[in-house]
Amino acid sequence: MLIRHEGDLTENDVTPKDVYLRRRAFMAGMAGAGLAMGGGAAAADAATGLKGVASPYSTKEPPNTREEITGYNNFYEFGVDKDDPARNAGSLTTRPWTIRIDGHCDRPGTYDLADFLRGNKLQQRIYRLRCVEGWSMVIPWLGVPLADLLKPYGPTSRAKYVAFETLYRPEEMPGQRRPVLDWPYREGLRIDEAMHPLTIMAVGLYGETLPNQNGAPMRLVVPWKYGFKSIKSVVRISFVEKQPRTAWNDSAPQEYGFYSNVNPEVDHPRWSQATERRIGEFRRRKTLMFNGYGEQVAALYRGMDLKTFY
Amino acid sequence: MDRVLRGRTAYIVVWLACFAPIAWLAGRAFAGELGVNPIETLIRQLGVWGLRLLIVGLAITPAARLLRMPVLIRFRRTIGVFAFAYILLHLLNYVVTDQWFDWAAIGKDILKRPFITVGMLAFVLLVPLVATSTDRALRRLGPLRWRRLHRLTYVIVPLGVLHYYMLVKADHRPPLVYAAIVAVLLGWRLWERARKRRAASGTAPAP
Repeated sequence: MLIRHEGDLTENDVTPKDVYLRRRAFMAGMAGAGLAMGGGAAAADAATGLKGVASPYSTKEPPNTREEITGYNNFYEFGVDKDDPARNAGSLTTRPWTIRIDGHCDRPGTYDLADFLRGNKLQQRIYRLRCVEGWSMVIPWLGVPLADLLKPYGPTSRAKYVAFETLYRPEEMPGQRRPVLDWPYREGLRIDEAMHPLTIMAVGLYGETLPNQNGAPMRLVVPWKYGFKSIKSVVRISFVEKQPRTAWNDSAPQEYGFYSNVNPEVDHPRWSQATERRIGEFRRRKTLMFNGYGEQVAALYRGMDLKTFY
Repeated sequence: MDRVLRGRTAYIVVWLACFAPIAWLAGRAFAGELGVNPIETLIRQLGVWGLRLLIVGLAITPAARLLRMPVLIRFRRTIGVFAFAYILLHLLNYVVTDQWFDWAAIGKDILKRPFITVGMLAFVLLVPLVATSTDRALRRLGPLRWRRLHRLTYVIVPLGVLHYYMLVKADHRPPLVYAAIVAVLLGWRLWERARKRRAASGTAPAP
């Protein structure tokens, strides 16, 4: 009885296509307004109505609904349950928002978010997201390639890695009041991963500014890695020489590696990584190497044993 | 009080209480309120309620003794069988809705995923208990052997808590709360046994 009902639920969860199309038409109408507000700065200023140019990197798979994407995710700063971020992230103030750039680069400093994004056109990137817990979604992000954002700061040849930090503000982030992880949340990428054209900083979702629970005002998206690598609500970016510490690797090094590329061959001790449940679907599907982005990123790891560097 | 507990009404109340979680879950399922990952929600909820009922079952004996209400013991088997039912549904949901009878994947999970190994072991140990939960089985085994067999719960419940603990990624407080309650319930039994032994050997401690 219950089992049959689950099929019904899955059906119900899919947003009819005409609803998407209506939304798209609405967004197109809003595009002019966005431009009038001053190009890239619109990303930080417009409350709603962001428009990004389509990208060849987008998947043609149907995206998950806004409700699914904004109601079910991990953001431990707001609690450990998947509906906690949606419930608790309302308290986060994202304005003003500054980004500290430091380490091996020519122009370190603290920059306002609007200045950090200025001059960059938003792109729509519809990416698969694969969580290390064995579920996945397709998400229509709006963002800017990280490489375009970082290059103006002139990383030097000693910048072998890029380290990221999430905001630490326990008064607004209730999850940080307890040492579930060693706050602030930290992540890192090798410089070539950071500069890869697939890697973006997202500031919007479904044609609107990023909701708090999804990492407002700006979060990393690295689609070929498990979701936890895509750090949210970023306040600091450091160019470093040594492989940086990362939050989940600190918490359980035998479970979460620095690289954490999606890899069906390397099991997590608690979950098989061979399959995944796409949210909204009933049957599990096979997990693809590099989350299906192997053609673009496999070359980054040539000669590396991905069982050792998991 | 004693007469109320001896009556049919008390029995019906216990049954209804044991049915309440599944009724609530079914209601939420039909209202489409199990969230965007309903399979995960169902598996988690059924597992947690199974564990809670197992713990309630474990609390019956100390409660009966401490409250001097031996009549409570008559609800122990009912609660245990309900706990098994929830855990069976928990397991079926994993096999059917989550894995869709992918026996190779399930076999791998049992062998390679320690939390699943522990959970399966606890389930297997529950089977002989539910199989001997009838009055007839009790009579056939005799109370002494029956009780000895059913001490398996002292192993099963901690395994259930361990299964939960190992599943949690970072915030271990909820499973630790269960662990603390189980520790108290099992600790009380050890303490009782030691006290009885001392009394039997006539070396009761000086007041």
